[in-house]
Amino acid sequence: MAVISYIEAVTQALKEEMERDEDVFVLGEDVGKRGGVFQATKGLYEEFGEKRVIDTPLAESAIVGVGIGAAMYGLRPVAEMQFSDFMLPAANQIISEAAKTRYRSNNDWSAPITIRAPYGGGVHGGLYHSQSMEAIFANVPGLKIVMPSTPYDVKGLLKSSIRSNDPVIFYEHKRAYRLIKGEVPDQEYTLPIGKADIKREGTDVTVITYGLAVHFALKAAEKLAADGISTHILDLRTVYPLDKEAVIDAARKTGKVLLVTEDTKEGSVISEVAATIAENCLFDLDAPVRRLAAPDAPSMPYAAPLEKQFLITPEKVEQAIRDLAEF
Amino acid sequence: MMKTGEEENKVENRHHALGFSDQDVLNMYRIMLTARRIDERLWLLNRAGKIPFVVSCQGQEAAQVGAAFALNREKDYVAPYYRDYGFVLAWGMTVREMMLNNFAKAEDPNSAGRQMPGHFGDRKLRMLTHSSPVTTQNPHAVGIALAAKIKGDDIVSFVTFGEGSSNQGDFHEACNFAGVHKLPVIFMCENNHYAISVGLKHQLACAHVSDRAAGYGMFGRTFDGNDPLAAYAAVKEAADRAHRGEGPSLLEANCYRLQPHTSDDNDMTYRTKEEVDAHKKYDGVLTFAQYLRDLEILTPDVEQQLEEQIRSEIDEATDYAEQAPFADPDSVLRYVYEEKD
Repeated sequence: MAVISYIEAVTQALKEEMERDEDVFVLGEDVGKRGGVFQATKGLYEEFGEKRVIDTPLAESAIVGVGIGAAMYGLRPVAEMQFSDFMLPAANQIISEAAKTRYRSNNDWSAPITIRAPYGGGVHGGLYHSQSMEAIFANVPGLKIVMPSTPYDVKGLLKSSIRSNDPVIFYEHKRAYRLIKGEVPDQEYTLPIGKADIKREGTDVTVITYGLAVHFALKAAEKLAADGISTHILDLRTVYPLDKEAVIDAARKTGKVLLVTEDTKEGSVISEVAATIAENCLFDLDAPVRRLAAPDAPSMPYAAPLEKQFLITPEKVEQAIRDLAEF
Repeated sequence: MMKTGEEENKVENRHHALGFSDQDVLNMYRIMLTARRIDERLWLLNRAGKIPFVVSCQGQEAAQVGAAFALNREKDYVAPYYRDYGFVLAWGMTVREMMLNNFAKAEDPNSAGRQMPGHFGDRKLRMLTHSSPVTTQNPHAVGIALAAKIKGDDIVSFVTFGEGSSNQGDFHEACNFAGVHKLPVIFMCENNHYAISVGLKHQLACAHVSDRAAGYGMFGRTFDGNDPLAAYAAVKEAADRAHRGEGPSLLEANCYRLQPHTSDDNDMTYRTKEEVDAHKKYDGVLTFAQYLRDLEILTPDVEQQLEEQIRSEIDEATDYAEQAPFADPDSVLRYVYEEKD
């Protein structure tokens, strides 16, 4: 097993899928010669040429819309949104078109497009290079939203997203790109979309989260273990549609649930997780469900102290788990 | 030299030069007339309370049918918009299917009653599924062309939309993408002079939608949307250019919307009956019929026969569609995602 970074997992998945299936192609801003502003598509232009690694005009709606058309023709487009913050010009193509293509045609047409987008803060990105955009798309039936936390999950889930016959939004945490490293098998593998994953077994408090916050929870759990607090961690991996069964099982496991997101709190993905627990686990709970999220301010500011104030941190997660354990 | 009365009335045969036989143009007219008669029937059905909604094609049939004849109906991909009754009939949709669509019945090939009428799409006809937010289909048509280019397939991707839609961002993004990549796309704007109630002068600051072609480095042309032969010639030229690798074209059919926007609209709140009546003189269904009469292709006998055949076809289709079942209410949850067995 090789140890690779989160972003290397993205690149490897793209490269291997393009080698496996000649219908897979990449389009987006700066994905060609430049290899992407984060270098996620590094080397693909050289290996597969400009026909399959397409630098597009700076126009997100066209990147997704043209991708949908190509998908309807039978190809497997992987569209890159340079930052998730810039997806909104493409929102109509994603919500009105990709998500509804199969439904509105009564299963006649489909739009198997993968839309990759770096999200998340802590990189001095200011208001418009830091946001978590999943909640905007997480009540749109027809879409799937994947938000992996580890290189292993990135690689296996990106491959499954590309092979999916439905549209998938694949969010990559940009701070995790080089911060998070992990083991990845040398042989071919894929992971199922729609399945959460237990990242740590525990008995006192359950943390349900996704993305970079999984690592915050793991770090906090390690420290808390020294104090005799046992933390159970469920990584949603797919935030829409939710793996409700896994959520319910994880909540029942300890009866004390902390939900963590880097997104702003109200109407976030974890609000839906909370509702699922409320509907199904009332008599299993030993404490109110707690949510740890960013404040309900528009987005995280640029200046370092303000950004820090906005962000969730391993310390904040640790404190929240401790509070619940002591409830 | 004095001309005899006969010579003065003689109309120039314009279709032979385009390679059409008399039977071809009669077929063309038959489809135009069928679209018109279907549309008229839909209004009656709507006013009788049988169907909830009509979106009308009247005034645009000539451009639609002429365009379809210029494409390869066995190979090309099309993304028609919600007024394209004439186009989809010419492309292979049947009268019965049109009626099933308007009655929103399970057998409707477009969406099985999921969408409002006129939202066409049929994969076996290589006709993309279409939504209501306008001009979203334009980037899709570009994607079809891009995919065909990647695969090395020699096809044309054809998309239609209204002039109101030509102000949307997706119009611009799609045109620009197609222009940059020199893709075989034909953008055909059916300029019917109205975006619901808003007339041309409040929509465009340029004289023609096709003027915008220059900004995308593509071929642009405006033609008489009441003349199916002009539509044919323009689309044929654009298709030939596309096949030669000369990239996309932006065509504009100059039409006029003879009916309100939909059955829910009252156009007399923003335009006058006199204005509409003045445009009826140029109605392509009437003027093309006259052309065919003048050339003695559409004789009184042929005309009567045609009207009778179309009427009985529409009667039959209406009865069938009215009696056909709706989709099972439980099917509302089907096909959100791929269903594996």
